[in-house]
Amino acid sequence: MEVTLTVNGASHTLDVPDNALLVEVLRERLGLTGTHVGCDTSQCGACVVHMDGCAVKSCTVLAGQADGADVTTIEGIGTVDALHPMQEAFRDCHALQCGFCTPGMIMAAIDLVQSTDDLDEQGVRDGLEGNLCRCTGYHNIVRAVLAARDNM
Amino acid sequence: MAENGTGIGAAVKRKEDIRFITGAGRYTDDIDQAGQAYAVFLRSPHARATIGGIDTAAALQVPGVVAVYTGADLAADGIGDLPCGWLVKSKDGSDMIQPPHPPLAVERVNYVGEPYGIVIADSLQAARDGAEAVAADFDDLPAVVDVATADAADQLHESVPGNQCYDWELGDKAATDAAFADADHVASLDIINNRLIPNAMEPRAAVGDYDAASGVYTLHTTSQNPHLERLVLAAFVQVAPESRLRVVSPDVGGGFGSKIFVYAEETAVIWAAGKLRRAVKWRADRSESFLADAHGRDHVTKAELALSSDGTFLGLRVKTIANMGAYLSTFASSVPTYLYGTLMAGQYKTPAIYVEVRAMFTNTAPVDAYRGAGRPEATYVVERLVETAARDLSMDPAEIRRRNFIQPEDFPYATPVALTYDTGDYEASLDKALEHIDYAGFAARRAASEANGNRRGIGFSSYIEACGLAPSQVAISLGAGVGLFESAEVRVNVTGSVTVITGSHSHGQGHETTFAQVVSDRLGIPLDDVEVVHGDTARSDYGLGTYGSRSIAVGGSALIRATDKIIAKGKKIVAHNFETTEDNIDFTDGVFAEQESNRSMAFAEVAFAAYVPANFPLDELEPGLSEKAFYDPGNFTYPAGTHICEVEIDGETGVSTIVAFVAVDDFGNVINPMIVEGQVHGGLCQGIGQALLEHGVYDDAGQLVTGSYMDYCMPRADDVPSFTVDTTVTPCTHNPLGVKGCGEAGAIGATAAVMNAVTDALGVKSLPMPATPETVWKALGGAG
Repeated sequence: MEVTLTVNGASHTLDVPDNALLVEVLRERLGLTGTHVGCDTSQCGACVVHMDGCAVKSCTVLAGQADGADVTTIEGIGTVDALHPMQEAFRDCHALQCGFCTPGMIMAAIDLVQSTDDLDEQGVRDGLEGNLCRCTGYHNIVRAVLAARDNM
Repeated sequence: MAENGTGIGAAVKRKEDIRFITGAGRYTDDIDQAGQAYAVFLRSPHARATIGGIDTAAALQVPGVVAVYTGADLAADGIGDLPCGWLVKSKDGSDMIQPPHPPLAVERVNYVGEPYGIVIADSLQAARDGAEAVAADFDDLPAVVDVATADAADQLHESVPGNQCYDWELGDKAATDAAFADADHVASLDIINNRLIPNAMEPRAAVGDYDAASGVYTLHTTSQNPHLERLVLAAFVQVAPESRLRVVSPDVGGGFGSKIFVYAEETAVIWAAGKLRRAVKWRADRSESFLADAHGRDHVTKAELALSSDGTFLGLRVKTIANMGAYLSTFASSVPTYLYGTLMAGQYKTPAIYVEVRAMFTNTAPVDAYRGAGRPEATYVVERLVETAARDLSMDPAEIRRRNFIQPEDFPYATPVALTYDTGDYEASLDKALEHIDYAGFAARRAASEANGNRRGIGFSSYIEACGLAPSQVAISLGAGVGLFESAEVRVNVTGSVTVITGSHSHGQGHETTFAQVVSDRLGIPLDDVEVVHGDTARSDYGLGTYGSRSIAVGGSALIRATDKIIAKGKKIVAHNFETTEDNIDFTDGVFAEQESNRSMAFAEVAFAAYVPANFPLDELEPGLSEKAFYDPGNFTYPAGTHICEVEIDGETGVSTIVAFVAVDDFGNVINPMIVEGQVHGGLCQGIGQALLEHGVYDDAGQLVTGSYMDYCMPRADDVPSFTVDTTVTPCTHNPLGVKGCGEAGAIGATAAVMNAVTDALGVKSLPMPATPETVWKALGGAG
């Protein structure tokens, strides 16, 4: 099938199998390997991207469902010279170690901050429950999200 | 130490973070080779079966399928078994029994998920379709699952009677028996240390490539130690000689031990690439990670502590059955022996200790090192037992520990179980932890919880670990098949920037930052002028990679040795320039200065002079400024500390909430406190996970029933608290940085602290892990 989607501001029209997943299109067709695959049950959140402004697990979205959508990946939220406040906060707070869960965690956290009023520590912990990290024990991720909340 | 600068001791932000937070990290699955094919493994659906036949004809007809190989194909090509790298001897002096471990099963399968074939196709989908089309006949046999009764069950391997790999002992049995005979009290405990599944967030992956023109194999893979991978593939499995086999371990998404080992999958992938003369790529699905990554822990133990009536420890007796799984993974044999029995003294002056360990084979995934590797299991035994003894004698748990601690003046301290601790101050960490947790206020907090119908408990864990695995000479004499040194190269570039090449490997630990801090501090050059290279056998000398909290203690020491050589060579160059002798040259803060004169050369000037040797006396002074070192440690390092956990248990639901967790650790000198704290946090979370959430479970038929994130309970952000982390410092006495290592401490200390707190809250002697709400709720009922 043919899908047209906007990814990080650029429009792409692609011929993809009917069963192609959004994450496969991003990684394999568009070379956007910042979005990771960490499980096969939509549990780990390493693949979170934004679709029309909302965090989605791109391993659970068919490419066809993204037809016409505006998709933002970790590569699209900031640059090395102009980091997104959430990226900045993750670095400042040492909220990452191996980095594998980090793109999904950052994308989920941005959506959480944007969609939640009066976000506090428990709110961050509850809100990031769908993103697994095996390295940090979450302590510094929580700190980072609360720090970014104040700068977004 | 520079608290605010970028040198040793400064909380420098990590260099590697920029690529990770912008999505520019490059993990194995991000790497594609031109024209690559895709691999899917055929995995046993049975825990124990003989393979009747494998019909690949239909699979080969699937469009896009390139090849299907089975164990027989690898065997016919001379591909050897996956070896175990540590030979443990039994009590009677006999060698452990190592059953054959072909990369792909040939005649029989011994655990669910064991690979017996590989399907390779032009696309991943075609490979999956091909795998579906393979028809394999299995003759199902009864599975041996329960490790405690494995000796009386069917025999898995022809060469292993009673399914016993070894029956090992350590310590003085007679002295220990005598201590028990004289004791006023014996505290005893039956312990099951639950099986864990490591679950690094990046699944294992491999991309094998073969260049027919040069005959060079290149394997990109998710390894914590690429040189070990190359050594095993070259020397034992015999894919290709080391000179024609390059192993690259790019960004690696966590390991926790599970990526130390040499597995079937990368072996088959690199072999197939040569066979097909085409790159072959494989990435594990998470379900494959659950089935076929080496698991951790899984002990059944009976432990007894003999005490005098005043709480003085007299003797410790430990009898453990350790599950090896179906085959011996790369370092499996060493984990419940030299990394476990040797730690049974803990922080205490227990005068007599005797440990027996029987390692058994079962029809489950191989078990090997997982964060802490043996030391969490030892800490769990010692610290649960100490807590039990305190309760038996109605002593304060802090007090009984204090009474038995090895004291600062006792170091170096030789334990009855083969180690010599170099330094420590255990009371300092305990006191600091008590202060942080507000121990004095606990009784009131408990009363408040109880007034609300809940329970509250507090639990201690004063752990010790042995890190930076230790003199090669000692380890090799005890059966290690590899050296335990580390390599470093400091390559000064012509204009004074520095490339550091280490045999250690970073898969989250931040070596690109900490190693750069060490070198920039020593050489007095900006942090940004130091780049750290690791993870590529073509770029670094043979090194042992990263495991066992060894990188800064061993790899960092190698770096110091190499920088010392750079400074010495620099002095020679400057002395030549100033027409004096090198003992007249001092090196401070990046400047070589002549004593009693105002002449000096900056580091970059010396570098330039080294590579533009206008008038070097070449018989005395070579051009260039690049030095190597191999550092072999003189002893283990001994990080230690006290963790205290406070839990509140919902009286109605049995849900345990960790209301406070304090960790005070002595890691010796610290290079980057921000990174050290992060390492502790992560370890604590894994230790808490073992206590409250995680359990790898096989049913009686040997099916893994916790084979996905839907069934295996990983700690999530709302399962754990924020932590209070602090340090005390007694510098390591035998390495140049005075460092001990921090990577595993959290996972080693936390589990016992949590379970001591939960059992304290419930008023029960023991509780199986994980202490899920159901388990706790039942105990609440049982406790009235």
